[in-house]
Amino acid sequence: MTAPRVRAWHRVWGGMLALSVLLVALAQQFPQLGGFPTGLVLNLSDWLNAAVTPAFEAARPLGVLLSALAETPLAAIRSALAWAPWPAAILAVVLIALYSGGWRLALFAAAALGTVVAMGYWPKAMNTLALVLVSVPAAVGIGFALGALAYRFPRTQPALIVMLDVMQTWPAFGYLIPLLILFGFGPTAGLAASVIFSVPPMVRNTLVGLREVPPAIVESALMAGARPGQLFWQAMVPSALPQLLVGVNQTTMASLSMVIIIAIIGGFNDIGWEVLSAMRAAELGRSLGAGLVIVLIAVLLDRITRGFARRGPRVMQARWLLAGLVLALVVALVLSGQDLLPGEQGQRWLRRIDGWLLDFVAWSAPFFAVLRNAITYGVMLPMRIGFSGSASPMVWGFALTPEITAAYVLVSAAIALLLGWRSPQRGIIAGFAALLFWTGLPGFPWPGVFLVVGVATWRKGGTGLFALAMGGLALAGLSGLWVPMMQSVYLCAVAVLICFAIGGALGVIAAESDRFSAFLRPISDTLQTMPQFVFLIPALMLFKVGEFTALIAIVLYAVVPPIRYVEHGLRNARADLVEAGVQMGATTWQMLWQVKLPLARSSVLLGLNQTIMAALSMLVIAALVGTRELGQQVYVALSRADAGAGLISGAIITCVALVSDRLLRSRSSIHRKVPE
Amino acid sequence: MAQASSRIMLSCKHLWKVFGPRPAYYFDTAGYRIDPEALAARLRGEGHIPAVVDASFDVKQGEIFVIMGLSGSGKSTLVRCLSRLLDIEYGTMEFDGQDLARISGRDLIEIRRRKMGMVFQSFGLMPHLTALENVAFPLKLQGVARSEREARAREMLELVELGSRLDALPSQLSGGQQQRVGIARSLAPDPDLWFLDEPFSALDPLIHRQMQDEFLRLQNQLKKTIVFITHDIMEACRLADRIALMRGGRIIQLGTPAEILLSPVDDYVADFTAEVALSRAIRVRDLARPAQGEPPEGPPVPAAAPIEVVLPALAAGQRRFRVEGDGGLELEAGAVLEVLQRDARHGFRADGASA
Repeated sequence: MTAPRVRAWHRVWGGMLALSVLLVALAQQFPQLGGFPTGLVLNLSDWLNAAVTPAFEAARPLGVLLSALAETPLAAIRSALAWAPWPAAILAVVLIALYSGGWRLALFAAAALGTVVAMGYWPKAMNTLALVLVSVPAAVGIGFALGALAYRFPRTQPALIVMLDVMQTWPAFGYLIPLLILFGFGPTAGLAASVIFSVPPMVRNTLVGLREVPPAIVESALMAGARPGQLFWQAMVPSALPQLLVGVNQTTMASLSMVIIIAIIGGFNDIGWEVLSAMRAAELGRSLGAGLVIVLIAVLLDRITRGFARRGPRVMQARWLLAGLVLALVVALVLSGQDLLPGEQGQRWLRRIDGWLLDFVAWSAPFFAVLRNAITYGVMLPMRIGFSGSASPMVWGFALTPEITAAYVLVSAAIALLLGWRSPQRGIIAGFAALLFWTGLPGFPWPGVFLVVGVATWRKGGTGLFALAMGGLALAGLSGLWVPMMQSVYLCAVAVLICFAIGGALGVIAAESDRFSAFLRPISDTLQTMPQFVFLIPALMLFKVGEFTALIAIVLYAVVPPIRYVEHGLRNARADLVEAGVQMGATTWQMLWQVKLPLARSSVLLGLNQTIMAALSMLVIAALVGTRELGQQVYVALSRADAGAGLISGAIITCVALVSDRLLRSRSSIHRKVPE
Repeated sequence: MAQASSRIMLSCKHLWKVFGPRPAYYFDTAGYRIDPEALAARLRGEGHIPAVVDASFDVKQGEIFVIMGLSGSGKSTLVRCLSRLLDIEYGTMEFDGQDLARISGRDLIEIRRRKMGMVFQSFGLMPHLTALENVAFPLKLQGVARSEREARAREMLELVELGSRLDALPSQLSGGQQQRVGIARSLAPDPDLWFLDEPFSALDPLIHRQMQDEFLRLQNQLKKTIVFITHDIMEACRLADRIALMRGGRIIQLGTPAEILLSPVDDYVADFTAEVALSRAIRVRDLARPAQGEPPEGPPVPAAAPIEVVLPALAAGQRRFRVEGDGGLELEAGAVLEVLQRDARHGFRADGASA
C-alpha cells in the first residue's frame, strides 16, 4: 500500500479514537449510549417462532420418513453391537487396527478397549459407537457428493464455502429445537445435527483432493480414452484417495464430538449422557472414567482412520484381515448369549477414586483459589466491567475518585502520544486499549462498536463483510442480546489472550528445543483429538461451576493452535534470513523478536484465527458450567423449547465467528498449508 | 529413422489456439488469413494470448517430427491441440481421413483408445496402480479382459526392459523407470500416432542420452509416426527426421536438422543453434553427394553417423569417403571442413563474448 493511503487510514482511525473517547465521556451522562437501548428491542424470537414452527411442522412427514430411514440402520447396528460379545468385538477392532496402523496401534486398541470393559462402560460405549457408525457414512456420502458437484460446477464454490462455514460455526444446540420439531424426539434429530456439523470437512477435503489431482494424470487418462465416468472413478478418485481419507478422518472426529454433545437431549444411554449425569451428580470419579472412555475411543478412531489414509506397505494383507474378521464372527457365535461383562467391580473402583479426588480437590483448593482470584480480579473483571467498575473498595480496595480518574486519563494519553510519536498505528492501538480498559468490553458504548467494526470490516472485507457484521450487530441489539453478545466477545477475548500467552510461550520453547517439541507433540495431538465435552470435566472438578471454570475449559481446548502455529512459523523462518541475522551478531533474544517472529507473522496470525474459532466453538459447550453469555442463551432457549431464540443466539455466534475469521484471514493468506 | 515413407499421416492447416475471454469472436470470418501476424498482434493487444498462430505442417508416416522451442513458445499447447486435450479455434487436422478438429464425443474417445498414444513430461502415472496395472490401464478402459490386458502389459514392460518391476508402485521407481512405464503404457494399445511431450525433461541430465538411445531403438523396432516435443536443441537434432522450430506461437522454420543448422532463416534461429557442435549434429548423409568418377577407397562410413567419425581419417590425409548403402554416395573433405570452420568460428565468438 502506498504511504499516502496509509496516512489517510491513520487519520480515519485517529478520528474514530477521538469519537470513541467522546462517546465514553458522553455515556456518563446518557446511559442509552452504554448498553443498547431497550426501547429498540423487538420481539424477534416470537416472530421467528411464528414462522419456523409451522414450517417445520408442515415438513413433518418428510422428517418421519427420514427418521425411519435413519433409525432402521441405527437399531440394527445397536443390536448387533449389543449382541456381539466383547472378546469378539475387541478381536475385530484389534485386527482392523493392526491392518491400519501396525502392531503398536493394535496393542493400544487392545489396552484401550480392555480398559473400557474393565470400567464397566462397554454397553454405553457401544451405543455411542452405533451413533457414530450411522452418522459417519451419511456425512461422508453427502460430503463427497457435495464436494464432487462443487468441483464439477466451480461457480457454486463461493456460496458453498460460506454455507460450510455457517454449518461449522452455528452451534448445534441453536438449531436442535427445529430439528426436534421436524424429526420428533429421538435419535434422528441428534444424528441430523451430527451430520450437519461433520459434513463440511468431507466437502472441503473432497474439493481439495480433486483439485490437486495432477493435470498429467487427467490428461493421461483422457489420452487412454477414458469416458467421463471412467475418468472420475478410475483416475481422479483413486488419485485423490489419500486426501479423501483425511476427510473421512476429520468427519469421524467431528461426528464423535457432536454425538457426545448431543447426548444432552438424553435417551440414548450412551457415554456422553454418562459424563453429563455424573457431572450433575458431582461424582468426579465416574465422570473422569467416562471421560477417559471418550478419549480412548476418540484416539482409537482417529489413529485407525488416519492409518487408512496412509499409503504404503501394511503389516498384513487385506485377505488376512478378512479371515481374521470371519474368525471374530465365529468367536462371537460361540460366545453369544453368555454374560461375559464384568460386574460392578469397575464402577466400585471409580467410586473409590471419587473419595481420593475429593481429598485432592480439598487439599489443592488454596492453590487453585489463588490462581482463580489472580485471573478473575487481574484479567476477567477489568475486561468485563473495566477500570471504572473495578476501582471500588470491594474489588481493588480503592474508590474511583476524580483524582484517580484524572490520573488514568493523563497516564493513558501520555502513553498513547508517546507511542504515537514514533508510529501512529501503535499510538492509536494504545488509545483504544486504554479506552477498553476503562469501560470493559461489554460496557463500550454501542455506537462506538458499530463504528469500529464497520470501518474495520469495510476496509478489510468490502461490502459483503460489512453487511454481515452490521447485520449481526443489529440482530444482537434488536433481539435484546447485546449484552450477552459482548459478554461472549469478552470471554473469548480473555481466553484467546491467555491461550496466546501460554501457547505462544510453549510454541517458542518447542521451536528452540527438539526434545520439548517431541514431548509436546503427543499432548497436543491428544488435546486436539478429544471431544470438546471432555474438557469440562477437569475444569469443573477443580473450580466448581462458574464463568472462570468455563474460561479454563475454553483455554484447555483452544491452547493447541497457538502452540502449533507459533512453532511452525518459527521453525520455518527462512534459513538464509536466519543465517543473516546470526552473521550480524544477533543474540538469541534479538533473533526471536527481531528476525524470527516477524518472519513467522502470517503463521502466527493464522494461529490466532484458529484459536478464536476454537474458543468460539467451545463457548456453547462451556456454557454448560455456567456463563452469562450467548452460549447460555442458547441453552435457555433449548430448555424452553424456544426455536426462535435458539436460532437467533446461534446466528449471532455464527456472525461473530465469520466476521473475526474473515478479518484475520484477509491479513494472513487464505490458502496456507496447515502444520501437522 | 530416416525411413519415412511419403504417405502423410497427419496434416495440419492454419491451426490457431487462443487463450482469453472470448477467442471465438476473432474467428467467425476468414479475414484473418490476410495477415496472421497482424491478427496475433491484435489478439495480444486485446487481452488474449495467441498460443498457436497459423501453424501448418504435415507429419509423414514413420517419421520422427520434433516440435521444438523455448518455454512459452506454444509447443506444448500445439501437441495438446493435436491430441485434442485442447480445442483449437481455427484450422483443420486431417488424420486417417477425418478432421480431428471436428470429431468429438464417442469418436474422439475411440480414436484415443486405438490410434493415439501420449507420453507426458511428468509421467502421469496413477499412484495407486502398480507398473503392470498402469500399463494395462488403457486396455482396462477399453474393457479388455484381465488376463489378456496383463499379458500385453507384461510384453510392453519387457520391451522397455522393466520386466522385473511389474509389481512396483510408481513411488518405488526412479524417474527414468517411471517414464519407461509411461512409454510402455502409451504403446500398450499399439497406436499409430505417438505423441511425446518433453518425455525426458523431468529426468536427470545424465540419463537423457540413455533414454534417447532407448527411444531410437524402440522406434527402429516399432516404426510409429511420432510427434516429439522438446526444448533441447541437441535432443531435437539427435532424434528428429524433421524439426519445426516455434517462437511466440509461430512455426518459424521447418526442415531437417541439417537444414536448420546450416541455413537458419533468421538471427533468432542462428543464435538458437549456435551452441550446437555441428561436427556432432550434422550427419554424413546430410553432406553426401553422388560419387564422381572412381568410388573412393577405404571402409565405408555409415550414412546416419555424425561427421565427426571421419575426423581421424581426415587428419590422416584422406580426402574422399565412401558412404554406406547402395546409393553410390561419397563424402568430400571440403564439405566437412567447411562445417568444421563454422564450428570454430562459433567457438571463437563464444570466447570473445566471455572475454
